[in-house]
Amino acid sequence: MSTTAKKKSGSPAPPAQTKKDYQTDQEVRWCPGCGDYAILNAVQSVFPQLGIPREKFVVISGIGCASRFPYYMNTYGFHSIHGRAPAVATGVKITNPELEVWVVSGDGDALSIGGNHLIHAMRRNIGLKILLFNNRIYGLTKGQYSPTSEVGKRTKSTPFGSLDRPLNPISLALGSECTFVARSVDVYQKHLMETLKAAAAHAGTAFVEIYQNCNIFNDKAFENFTERSVRAEKNLELEHGKPIRFGADGEMGLHWAGTHFDIVRVADVGEDAIVVHDTGAPHPTLAFALSRLEPPQAPMPIGVFRDIEAPAMETRVWDQIRAVQKQRGTGDLDALLHAGDTWEVRG
Amino acid sequence: MAGKTADKGRIELDDAVIRFAGDSGDGMQLTGTQFSNTTAVAGNDLATLPDFPAEIRAPAGTLPGVSGFQIHFSSHEIYTPGSKPDVLVAMNPAALKLNLADLKPGGILIVNTDAFTQRNLERVGFTTNPLEDHSLDGFRLIGIPLTDLTRKALDAVDITPKEKDRCKNFFALGVMYWLYNRPTETTEKWIETKFKSRTELIEANLLAMKGGLEYARAVELFQSIYEVPKAKLTPGTYRSISGNAALALGFVCAADRAGLTLFQGSYPITPASDVLHELSRYKHFGVVTFQAEDEIAAVTSALGASFAGALGITTTSGPGMALKGEGMGLAVMTELPLVIVDIQRGGPSTGLPTKPEQADLLMALFGRHSESPLPILAAATPSDCFWMAFEAARIAVKYMTPVIFLSDGYLANGTEPFRIPALSELPEIPAKHFQPQNGAPFFPYQRDPETLSRPWAVPGTPGLEHRIGGLEKADVTGNVNYEPANHEHMIRTRAEKVDRVAAEIPPTEIFGAKNAEVLVVGWGGTYGAIHSAVRDAVERGLPVAQIHLRHLNPLPPDLEGILRRHKQILIPELNTGQLRFVIRSRFLIDAVGLNKIQGRPLAVEEIQETIEAMLEGATR
Repeated sequence: MSTTAKKKSGSPAPPAQTKKDYQTDQEVRWCPGCGDYAILNAVQSVFPQLGIPREKFVVISGIGCASRFPYYMNTYGFHSIHGRAPAVATGVKITNPELEVWVVSGDGDALSIGGNHLIHAMRRNIGLKILLFNNRIYGLTKGQYSPTSEVGKRTKSTPFGSLDRPLNPISLALGSECTFVARSVDVYQKHLMETLKAAAAHAGTAFVEIYQNCNIFNDKAFENFTERSVRAEKNLELEHGKPIRFGADGEMGLHWAGTHFDIVRVADVGEDAIVVHDTGAPHPTLAFALSRLEPPQAPMPIGVFRDIEAPAMETRVWDQIRAVQKQRGTGDLDALLHAGDTWEVRG
Repeated sequence: MAGKTADKGRIELDDAVIRFAGDSGDGMQLTGTQFSNTTAVAGNDLATLPDFPAEIRAPAGTLPGVSGFQIHFSSHEIYTPGSKPDVLVAMNPAALKLNLADLKPGGILIVNTDAFTQRNLERVGFTTNPLEDHSLDGFRLIGIPLTDLTRKALDAVDITPKEKDRCKNFFALGVMYWLYNRPTETTEKWIETKFKSRTELIEANLLAMKGGLEYARAVELFQSIYEVPKAKLTPGTYRSISGNAALALGFVCAADRAGLTLFQGSYPITPASDVLHELSRYKHFGVVTFQAEDEIAAVTSALGASFAGALGITTTSGPGMALKGEGMGLAVMTELPLVIVDIQRGGPSTGLPTKPEQADLLMALFGRHSESPLPILAAATPSDCFWMAFEAARIAVKYMTPVIFLSDGYLANGTEPFRIPALSELPEIPAKHFQPQNGAPFFPYQRDPETLSRPWAVPGTPGLEHRIGGLEKADVTGNVNYEPANHEHMIRTRAEKVDRVAAEIPPTEIFGAKNAEVLVVGWGGTYGAIHSAVRDAVERGLPVAQIHLRHLNPLPPDLEGILRRHKQILIPELNTGQLRFVIRSRFLIDAVGLNKIQGRPLAVEEIQETIEAMLEGATR
């Protein structure tokens, strides 16, 4: 398997698949109106389009509402334990790099109990697609604040307001040396599918934060940029190679002010002063600065923040094994047992 | 050390125990290992006990910085590294202070006199110099200015004075080689390989060793020298092996015999890290070693690897296994093969990281929430770690279950001769990655009627797509299921599957007297001490017998009958009585404990005394 090339060119075309191929007979048990339905729909729509045999997919999750996902995907699946999905997935992917391993996690699962596994998976650049459903609340345990909840949030466990400062998942991913970092939103079906396809094409770790509405415990959490009346001015869709502009007519843009972005009117500064988005930039500086933008002060950037090429861990593992085998020959068990000083005892 | 005079000045011994002790930086582990390897190649049976501090380099010359290495070698089979040394080599006052109490009365005491400076003496609380104040009169004190003599021997070698001083352990080794009439070739070969990039260090260390030999010979350091003839071991090819190296080899062999990739997920922890070091060298066997970010990732990555069709193993020590608990429960629920190795150490918490203890048995049995039984094996000796690792892997694959393999710090670092098996002695492990059956529907929890194992359907196999996970499964289909009756059925089925392993446990070997009054029951690394004590009792005609458990869950099916045939049961353990707790609760048999929790192995004498007291009580 090649990890640097955008893959699958050499394999024969598999029979055409449909969304139905990826649905299971299990009753979906999310609350009516949950954003998870939309994400499930997007994933089940994208997988058949990837030209990958169904048996190659493995969907691995931890614990939480999002983590029920594997039961609804007619692929191989593993609903593991709280926070550990990236570690389970790492074992799967190293053992068989041919598999397409997708991790589904939530903000509590990935960023709180499983924070350690998430950052280490990303730094290793193991070939996992990690989907973080961020609803900024604990849903399955019925409504406690999460590591992405805003300061002051009143929840069941914080009746007087949360004191914790939230994590920014995109900033964390960039700081963890992740080679593909993107964000999308449950209700933006087309954008979400395009983002998932981009993630699927990436070798190495692909991290996708998906804003997901929990209509029971944290309803309308993302309305300050998804609601139709503000969408034009508060949505910033990142496109590689294009100037970073937003607004109904693209009249607003981002200008690099040396340490941060200034939000400017394009007409005031001229088109040349607007930063051109480069997902392959060798330095993550601008991607990080983009990750710091959020409403209400700034628009919410969505799309691919960063997409760089680097050898995937599973490839390096097997390359090293093959290199040692080439150098020393394939292991000889008898020689291994007899290594070092031996002596004979005769009867 | 009783022996007969073979010729003038040469005394033949049945066995000998020597201990090297010095600063952590004095190279005592290396010196001891070299003496062991030489002794092994010379054909003696042997057992070793390294004893080193948890600190890598405690301040030089202090008591916490003392590192020791004991070796017991003999012309007959032996089972322990011995308790009281015949010879103590003390490289400084701290080493003397810490080890002198163990030296046999009249034993040989070799000291580096150069290290007995006023400052070094005061540092460890000597108010007078023991070399001069007659406090050592009960021993055969042999003072050697090791530092000075080493420097002189290396006069012509172009290395720094510090490097010269570092060669003094080889000078001491040379002295010991003379005393026990050992060949030097094994160590010469080792020095030449070890320092091949710096020829001046080869020269220096060879000269130091030769210097020690020549010095001992020239000044007639010892009135007599010793000879320990070859031991009569089972015929075969042997090598010296530590428990950790043996268990690494056992897993490589098991994976080979099963035709599976070996995947080790591990996080460094004393005294288990050596298994990771060993296996990471075996890349040419296709072994994957993954140094995980923590203990939890170590076990869950190994489980993921097993899901993907590999033989997943994770190696750790007690604190690490505590962290793995939830992951092990997931392995119980998903019924995938996995071996969890716990090299036990003193606890609780960080406890005594480098010292042996066998207090994790109850954690192995019960240390997961809810009903989550799994097979538990324990090795008896360092070389037995090879066979039990192999067996653990075999059971894991055959029964599709996680298996715990218990070793301890004593077995892990101790060495003994290992009869190298022929490849034909290693049984095939039938590993069955399930294949689609002509379009028949696939049920991930449809069990093998004999073993109750479920099919191992590996991702990538067309037609077998399925989901597993931690939620309770419906029998057969494996779908999520919360029905009360199904849950109880699955709990009982998982337990029954583990219980069925018992059918494969070979009959328990009973050593010693028939219809003995006292049956000594052990498990794990105490085998050697118990066997030595029982053998001694049996030779003296005492009604004592021994069994040693290598299967701790399920227990051997013949165990209850054996226990009931004996009037008194003694269970020596390096804990407060964990196996005794199990035996009492399982069989309502009132076993007696001999329990020691000092971070040190059991001494043969302690077991002998307890046996004698029990026999005495019986005759009263």
